Amino acid sequence: MTTLAPRAPALSGAPAPSPGLKNRIRRNPAPYLLALAGGAWLLVLFVIPLISGLAVSLMSGNPQDGYTFTWNWAVYGQLFGPGAATNDWLFLGRAIFYGATATVVTILVGFPMAYFIAFRVKPQWKNALLLLVMLSFLVSFVIRTDMWAFLLSDQGPVLTALRGIHLIGKGFHILGTDAAVIGGMAYNDLAFMVLPIYVALERIDPRLVEASADLYGRRSATFFHTVLPLTRSGIFAGILLVFIDSAGDPVSPSLLGGTHTYTIGQAIQDAYLTNQQYNVAAALSTVLMIVLGVILFAYARIAGTDNIEDLV
Amino acid sequence: MGEFDRARFRGLTESRMSRRSLLRGALAGAGGIAMAATLAGCSIPGAKANAAAQQVDWAAFWKHQKPTRQLNFANWPLYIDQDKGKYPSLQLFTKATGIAVDYQQVIQNNAPFYATVAPQLRAHQDIGYDLVVMTNGWELTEMIDNGFVMQLDHSRLPNFAKYAADTVKNPPYDPGNKHSLTWQTGFTGIAYNKKLAPKKVTGFHDLLDPAFKGRVSMMNDNTELGHAGLLAIGVEPTTSTAADWRRAAAWLKKVQPNVAGYYDQSYIDKIQNGDTWLTQAWSGDVFQAQANGATDLEFVIPAEGQMVWHDNMLIPMQAQNALSALRWMDFYYTPEIAGTVEDWVNYVCPVPAAKDYILHELDDPDVANSPLVFPDAAVDKVTHNFRVFQSYDEYEEWNSIFNPVIQA
Repeated sequence: MTTLAPRAPALSGAPAPSPGLKNRIRRNPAPYLLALAGGAWLLVLFVIPLISGLAVSLMSGNPQDGYTFTWNWAVYGQLFGPGAATNDWLFLGRAIFYGATATVVTILVGFPMAYFIAFRVKPQWKNALLLLVMLSFLVSFVIRTDMWAFLLSDQGPVLTALRGIHLIGKGFHILGTDAAVIGGMAYNDLAFMVLPIYVALERIDPRLVEASADLYGRRSATFFHTVLPLTRSGIFAGILLVFIDSAGDPVSPSLLGGTHTYTIGQAIQDAYLTNQQYNVAAALSTVLMIVLGVILFAYARIAGTDNIEDLV
Repeated sequence: MGEFDRARFRGLTESRMSRRSLLRGALAGAGGIAMAATLAGCSIPGAKANAAAQQVDWAAFWKHQKPTRQLNFANWPLYIDQDKGKYPSLQLFTKATGIAVDYQQVIQNNAPFYATVAPQLRAHQDIGYDLVVMTNGWELTEMIDNGFVMQLDHSRLPNFAKYAADTVKNPPYDPGNKHSLTWQTGFTGIAYNKKLAPKKVTGFHDLLDPAFKGRVSMMNDNTELGHAGLLAIGVEPTTSTAADWRRAAAWLKKVQPNVAGYYDQSYIDKIQNGDTWLTQAWSGDVFQAQANGATDLEFVIPAEGQMVWHDNMLIPMQAQNALSALRWMDFYYTPEIAGTVEDWVNYVCPVPAAKDYILHELDDPDVANSPLVFPDAAVDKVTHNFRVFQSYDEYEEWNSIFNPVIQA
C-alpha cells in the first residue's frame, strides 16, 4: 500500500485532505476495491449464515406447522440444561476430544512427512510427492472412510491376518472404538497439516541451519531452536484446519464408530436431516461454533502471531 | 491519592462519550432493533400452510396430462430384479411403452430421504423423481396430509383392481389407495449367523444374552427400533401408550451393552461378513443374502412377534412424468412383472397370482412356496402393524423417547 504514493495535494490545489476513511478511499481506492470481493465473500458465506443460524435456533414450532421466530432461548436450556433428553454436553466434549487428538496425530505424522519432502528429497521429486499427499482428495472422503470400515472390520483382511498369526485374540476389534474414529479423522485431514508445514519449512533460509551448525549447535538443537520455531506459523495454520474440520465431522464417527462414539456433528445431522428439527440443529451448531470460537481465540492469543504474513 | 475519587477513575478508564459516538450508538441501536424486527418476521413455512393453499381438480388434472417418454424412479437399494447391472422388468416396460426409465437407488431410510426432499416439496418444486417408494410410517402420512403427492387416477389402474392382494387394498394409512400403491410388503424380525452364534436364536430375549456381547446390531430408524422394543416387552404396538414406549426404550437400553451399532441398510453387509452375529432384520434382505451364498444366515420370526410394513409407490406433486409413473404402476400389478420382481426381491408380493407365475414360468418353488413371500395364516397370526401416529406431537414424543437410545 505504501508503495503507491499518494497524490500530492499541492498539485491539484485542493486543501490538505483530512485523514478520514472517505478521503483515504478517494485518494487510493485500489486496496479497498480489492477488499470488496473478500468482504462480500465473508458477508455472504460467513456473517449471514452465522446470524441466520442464530435466528433459526431461536424459532419454535415443528415441520408440520412451520417454525416462527419467537426468541425461544429455552431451546438452549432444553438441550444443555439439566434434564435434557440427550446428553449434548457429552457429545460436544467427545467431538472436541476427538478433534484435538486427531490434530495431535496429524502433527506427529505430518511433520516428518513435510520435513522429508522439504529437506531430504531431490527438488525434481518434490512436486510428485506433494501430489501423492493430495492424491487421496481425488476420491470422496466418505468412500475412503467406508473403505477403512471395510478393511478394519472384524472379518476384514487386517484383523483376519492378525488373528491368523495369533497377534490378537478373538475379542479384539478396532471398529466402534474411540481410536478408530480418531484415526479416521486424522487420516482424512492429514494433508491439511502436511501442506502448511511444508510451506513453512520451504521458506526457511538454509543459511540459518548452516549458521546454527557453525555455532556448534547439535542437530537436535538446530531442529528444536531453529527449524521448529520457524514452522510455528505452519503448524498453527494446520491446527486450525484440522481441528475445526475434525471437531464437526459426523462421517468418521458414524462409519467407524459404535454405540458410544456419538458426536455433536452427528447430533446436528440427525436433528436436521432426520427429525427436521431445524431449531435444534441450529442451536447445536451455534453452541459448537461458539465453543470452537472460544477455544481457537484463546489458542490464537497464546500461540498465534501478530503478523498475519507469518500465517501465509 | 488520599481518597479514592471515582470520577477520576472513570475518567482514566472510560472514554468520554462524544456527540458523534452517541449518534453512532443510537444508529447501531436502531439498526439492532430493525434487525430484530426483521428476524421476528422471518419464519420457516410449515407443510400444512402449503397444503391448505392448493386445491386440485384431479379428474381435470389427469385429463390434461400429456404422455411423456421418460420416468424417473427413486427406490431403495436391491429392491428390483437385476441382471448384470440391468433391470429386466424395467426393460420390458420400456419395450412395451417406449418410456425410458431412469432408476435411482437413492433411498436409504425414510426419514433422511423425506427430510432431504421436504424443503423442495414445501416450495412446490419438482424433486426430480416421478415415483418414490416410502414405508407406511410418519413420513408417508405427512406426505399425504400435506398434499405432497398426487391423487391416483384409478381408471388408469385396471390391473391393480384385478390382481392386487386384499392386504394391500384400502390400507388404514391411505384409505381407498387414493395416493399410494404398495410396491412390496415385508417383515421386520431378527436374523442370525448360525455358524458364528453360540446358540440357537428364537426371539428378542436372545438380544440380551451376554454371549452376543458386541455382536448385535439394530436399526437406526426410530420407528423400527421402537416397535422392536414394544414387541419385546409384549405390548401390542397399535394400541400402545407413551408409558409403554418408555418401558420399551428402557428395554432397548438394556440391550445396548451387546449392541455393536445402530445401522441403516448397511446392517445386512455387517451380518453377512460376520462382524455381527445377530441383528434386527428385514425378511427380504435375508433371503437375498441367502440366495447370494450367505447360507449361514437365518431369518427368525421372533417368539414375541414380528412387524409387517408396506413400502408404497407415490407420485410427488410437480412430477414431470406423472402419466408414465401411473403407467408403470399399472404395468407392475401383473403376475408377470410382479412375479419377475418378486423372484429376485423376495419380500412379500402384492400380487398373489404371481405365485403361479414364479412356480410354473420361472420354475422357482423355493420362493413360490416360502411362507414369508406368500404368507399363510400362521405367519399372519404373529405379525403386528405399525402404530399410525395421529399428529406430529405424538410422533415427536415417540422420537424424544427413542432418540436417546441411539444417541449415546
